[in-house]
Amino acid sequence: MTAKPLGVRVRKGATTFSFLAPALIGIAVFFLYPLGSAVYFSFTKFDLLSVPEWVGLDNYRRMADDPFLLQSIRNTLWMVVVFVPVRIIGAIGLSMLLTQLKRGAGFFRTVFYLPALVPPVAATIAFVYLLKPGTGPVNHFLEMIGIEGPLWFNSPAWAKPSLVLLGLWAIGDLMVIFLAAVLGVPASLYEAAELDGANAWQRFRSITLPTIQPVVLFAAVTGVIYTLQYFDQAAVAGSIASGQATVGGGISSNFGFPEGSTFTYPLWLYTVGFRYSALGYANALAIGLFVVALGVTLILLRRAKAFTGEES
Amino acid sequence: MTAVLSPPAVEVPAPDRRYNRQRRLAWIGKHSIAIALGIMFVTPVVYLVLLSLMTSDQALTADYWPNSWHPENYVRVFEVTPLPHYLLNTVIYAVSSTVLVLLSSVPAAYALAKLKFRGRNGLFLLVICVMMLPPQVVTVPLYLMWARYGLTGSLAPLIIPALFGDAFCIFLLRQFLLTIPSEYLDAARVDGCGEWRTLLRVVLPMARPGIAAAGLFQFFYCWNDYYGPLLYTSENESSWTLSLGLASFHSVHHVDWNLVTAATVLAMAPLIIIFFFAQRAFVQGITLTGFKG
Repeated sequence: MTAKPLGVRVRKGATTFSFLAPALIGIAVFFLYPLGSAVYFSFTKFDLLSVPEWVGLDNYRRMADDPFLLQSIRNTLWMVVVFVPVRIIGAIGLSMLLTQLKRGAGFFRTVFYLPALVPPVAATIAFVYLLKPGTGPVNHFLEMIGIEGPLWFNSPAWAKPSLVLLGLWAIGDLMVIFLAAVLGVPASLYEAAELDGANAWQRFRSITLPTIQPVVLFAAVTGVIYTLQYFDQAAVAGSIASGQATVGGGISSNFGFPEGSTFTYPLWLYTVGFRYSALGYANALAIGLFVVALGVTLILLRRAKAFTGEES
Repeated sequence: MTAVLSPPAVEVPAPDRRYNRQRRLAWIGKHSIAIALGIMFVTPVVYLVLLSLMTSDQALTADYWPNSWHPENYVRVFEVTPLPHYLLNTVIYAVSSTVLVLLSSVPAAYALAKLKFRGRNGLFLLVICVMMLPPQVVTVPLYLMWARYGLTGSLAPLIIPALFGDAFCIFLLRQFLLTIPSEYLDAARVDGCGEWRTLLRVVLPMARPGIAAAGLFQFFYCWNDYYGPLLYTSENESSWTLSLGLASFHSVHHVDWNLVTAATVLAMAPLIIIFFFAQRAFVQGITLTGFKG
């Protein structure tokens, strides 16, 4: 900054501030303040009717031997390890297919994208019906070709794979991101490789993949973050498949059905906080989630330059 | 979007007929895969629609083709369930939140994209952190805050925050505003426009596609939101939204699958209709959320 009259600088600062004021208040009131509170509350014990009482590290010690927490971590980890890569591979596959189509690429793009628009609750209901063990059309179809279909959302072993199928169906957003990346690969690179006699797989391995690698990283990080907060589909699938859904009062009685196989970390956090009203412990769980999510986010922010698209 | 749509045409001269035949086989193969996948993607929605047109008895069977057609299910679902009420709440939530978020986020995005001030990068990183971190982290303190003001059980905790910007919306708009050449803004400033006038007169008209995309995303997010309404309104059924209502329909009407599916179809229909009218803005917006490859 070269020397400008103080008045001008103050006025400029005031204008800038007027643009940012609502967002700054929003970040302070709805993020930083509750985040600070969560840290403080995580060292206390209280419920909706009592005042927070300092208990030191008790809540964190409690996390060490909480069987439900262990189960929810296992389920969430399973989702991270399976759900995220499967979705990325699926999205890359679909976008590669779309670029190969000589006709109807626009039509198919729309068809593949559409399920991403379906509200998660509606999509989950649709999948529970589709995959109903007795009367669902999927098992009916499998039976026709001589395969005995699994119990899907009603089987502890198949409930999570069913959620993965649901996630694959609603893959549209990710597919569009990859499609833009794949189409951004310079055609001249492909031409050169083709002249060198590279086959389709070699071209994909040595040209497409390295070029879109930053997008893969982006998709992996946002995918992990998304999976860490995976709630709606797991909650709705569990309660509807159990056949006795209740929202409202008895909220979480069916969370995790069957046998806790869909019981994810956020579901346990919600149950602890809003069903058991163990608010101190719930905040400790929230801080645990925060630390993990922040760590994953930092991986991406280390590449902040590519991410923020700075002008300079 | 045509640029994104049409694949780069790589024309390689075909040396002989065998090569040509191979190409044609590959063409057929790829299109067959696309058609098969297309059917798989469409089937769940078609199945849902067919189910919603059956009698309640038939909807409980393994049939997927209605013996007789009952479009009146779509009228009945309005009469025998609180669907009109849920719909109204959802519209109030989605529309007001979208309008408010845009009003509060556009100026912030403009400042982050086009104004120079100290701490700009830091602030932008903070916005990204807010955007990335799971909302569940701050759920309990926020709930307590709203409860202190007696606002839980209403839509207020879902709508009021929209007055103060939304991290994702700010991020998306900033990415879009970066694509507007600064020369236009400099020209306006030379003509004596203040920053606010520059934003309103010069930037807003050029940023319309970005604003449309951000608005669509916010609207869709609110329309689909389940966690927020579950958290704040589940204690008071008169504030329930569609998502919450749908998830609980099943318990009350668990034998009326035809009605449950009719309500489900009604919940997704507006989004699909909006999408067909705004496809371009939408796809452009999604592409903006990914980062430069």
